[in-house]
Amino acid sequence: MSLRCETTSARARFLPWAPLLTLAIMVGPVVAGVLGTLAPAFGYMPALGGDGINLNAFATLFDWPGITRASTLSITTGIASNALSLLLVALICAAWSGSRAFRIIERMLSPLLSVPHAAAAFGLAFLIAPSGWIARATSPWLTGWDRPPDLLILQDPYGLSLIAGLVVKEVPFLLLMTLAALSQIRTQQARDTALALGYSPVTAWFKTVFPRVYAQIRLPVFAVLAFSMTVVDVSLILGPTTPTTLSVQILKWMNDPDLSMRFLASAAAVWQLALVAGTLLLWRLGEIVIAALGRRWVASGARGGATRAIRALSLTAALLSASAIVFGILGLLVWSFAGFWSFPDLLPGAFTLKTWMRHAMNLWPIVTETLIIASASTLIALLLTLACLEAEERHGLRPGSRALWLLYVPLIVPQIAFLTGLQTLAIFTGVDANRTAVIAVHIVFVLPYVFLSLADPFRAWDARYGHVARALGAGCDGVLWRVRLPMLLRPILTAAAVGFAVSIGQYLPTLLAGAGRVQTLTTEAVALASGGDRRVISVYALSQTALALLPFAFALFVPAIVWRNRKGLRHA
Amino acid sequence: MPDPGLTLDRVIIQRDGRTLVDISDHVAPGEVLTVMGPSGSGKSTLLSYIIGTLATGFDAAGRVILNGTDITDLAPEQRHVGILFQDELLFPHLSVGENLAFGLRASAKGRAARRAQIDAALEDIGLAGFADRDPETLSGGQKARVALMRMLLSGPKALLLDEPFSRLDTERRDQIRALVFDQARAKGLPVLLVTHDHADADAAGGRVHRLE
Repeated sequence: MSLRCETTSARARFLPWAPLLTLAIMVGPVVAGVLGTLAPAFGYMPALGGDGINLNAFATLFDWPGITRASTLSITTGIASNALSLLLVALICAAWSGSRAFRIIERMLSPLLSVPHAAAAFGLAFLIAPSGWIARATSPWLTGWDRPPDLLILQDPYGLSLIAGLVVKEVPFLLLMTLAALSQIRTQQARDTALALGYSPVTAWFKTVFPRVYAQIRLPVFAVLAFSMTVVDVSLILGPTTPTTLSVQILKWMNDPDLSMRFLASAAAVWQLALVAGTLLLWRLGEIVIAALGRRWVASGARGGATRAIRALSLTAALLSASAIVFGILGLLVWSFAGFWSFPDLLPGAFTLKTWMRHAMNLWPIVTETLIIASASTLIALLLTLACLEAEERHGLRPGSRALWLLYVPLIVPQIAFLTGLQTLAIFTGVDANRTAVIAVHIVFVLPYVFLSLADPFRAWDARYGHVARALGAGCDGVLWRVRLPMLLRPILTAAAVGFAVSIGQYLPTLLAGAGRVQTLTTEAVALASGGDRRVISVYALSQTALALLPFAFALFVPAIVWRNRKGLRHA
Repeated sequence: MPDPGLTLDRVIIQRDGRTLVDISDHVAPGEVLTVMGPSGSGKSTLLSYIIGTLATGFDAAGRVILNGTDITDLAPEQRHVGILFQDELLFPHLSVGENLAFGLRASAKGRAARRAQIDAALEDIGLAGFADRDPETLSGGQKARVALMRMLLSGPKALLLDEPFSRLDTERRDQIRALVFDQARAKGLPVLLVTHDHADADAAGGRVHRLE
């Protein structure tokens, strides 16, 4: 840690305030939004004539016939998709970590992770629909169908396809978090010791490694749980319709032209927040129970076995999960170029550029808007993150473990719970819903990911390079700009790519902060869902995916080209 | 000049109430003072105090005086104290020549003049024509020489060595050691060498200060 930096310039004076400013930018909107939701939920919204405190909105909410079903759906989809994803990730790590197959899985992670939720959901929908690729591939020789069967596979009332759609996107995220945790705690020795004591590999991993890994990934797991309970875009594409999930219903009430419906929407958002809090608590209780059972299992000394069966099972499940995305995207590609395509043909009778040509003109301004919003929010998030990390370095403002919770606040507090409040606040304070508002809200979600992605490599940088540079006559700024940042080019670009992908994928924040007037590829693609024109949907979902993937390619190739003659940075 | 050389005036460094370093000494120009002690004894901590990069969490007192100037409160880049670590720490994103240019003070003006100075420096250490090379492609001994030259080009008034020879094989070690000490003597620099290797201390030939 190099102290004694120049502190007179405006920039140097700002630096110690960077963490506080970042926190305000990130957590401020969440707090304001929750307040903006709470007030009307309890009847207080003077602009609409509500100036008392009452529970009328809640009474209306609980009179709504769909309330039980919608609430149950929220809890079941959340817990089921989170538990399934976590189980699959744990099994893959237990059965395969350290193997060559595992390294291949690791390499597939970033691209899978960067596919936006909506695009992945559309891809999955086009695979499993009654007229989807799976049905086509097995018809009529296996199924006997010569027309799409009348089955409710998509948007089934139990939310099964919604759960599937969430699992395929959550597995790569949780796996990435697990890998990061694994690299922090040296696990090889513990596992090898257990192997030497006669434990089978999977049992050894679960008994010695998993408890420590889980402690590290608890916050991401909570974030995933809260997210899947309240997701809107995936739910609009794959979720049940009568009734819909609670969050989708809240959005409908928000968009109702009758402004008094906002009391109801706010009450429902508060209820959704309570459901998430309750479910998190339930999950925490589950953790305690499983930990107790796990202790007894460890004490039992059971060595376990079935390594092969678990290996086969986990790899199959992982492949299935990954191919749901890969073939989903492939399906979008085929649909976007499809001419006439009758059931049960595996491929269209003809390929054509017609759909792309017809939508190119409409697409262009939307692509530009999406790029502007993503670039601006990513750039600001990156600058704030770097300022925070550099302040930590120069002024010793290192966040404690409590501060890490703050990073997760925007990821754990459901979007629907505070964005509704933000929109209400915006409308009644006369703040215009425009691009700037959308960028500001995107930063709230981009920042945590950029920070989480960049913090470890930034802190892991060998500080002695800085000491040498200072001894050679460079100031603090010189060390930062001439040594540290160039050396960290690859992780910085990767963090930017992550932030970019996060921004591209945002549906609800774009919709609510933009009041429906700011159109990005995601809002447009999801809006097309109800129309059901697969060719057009595919064009939008593919453009969305391409935009999210592009920066990852950038982050891969730019350092490789810039540092082509610098062996020491090839793996940095 | 009053009292040329490096003076450590009752430098005491503590951590959690435990004294790591307690030293008062004067190193004359061209002299080598060796500080010896087992790992964890605070040898490197003393060097970070002298160059001004001591981490927070240490309690340090005492003055560092270089050629009569108290540098204790100066920023590291204003102290003109050069340091060599066990690792060469050549900046991996810069070429060999750019690494030297990083060290060369900006007072040497003009692209061509700077370039000529760097080429001459490379020739001095037997690496003529290496300016455009990737430092990572150099051998250990070559890297050590570049690191030394980079530091010398920054015009230091004192030299700190943090076990800089321990990574080299025996043959190279003697060669680099001789090079460093010769350069320091020729330039009349006070040298503070930190090591746990008696051979280093013997080769330095100066006084030895032991840390517990």
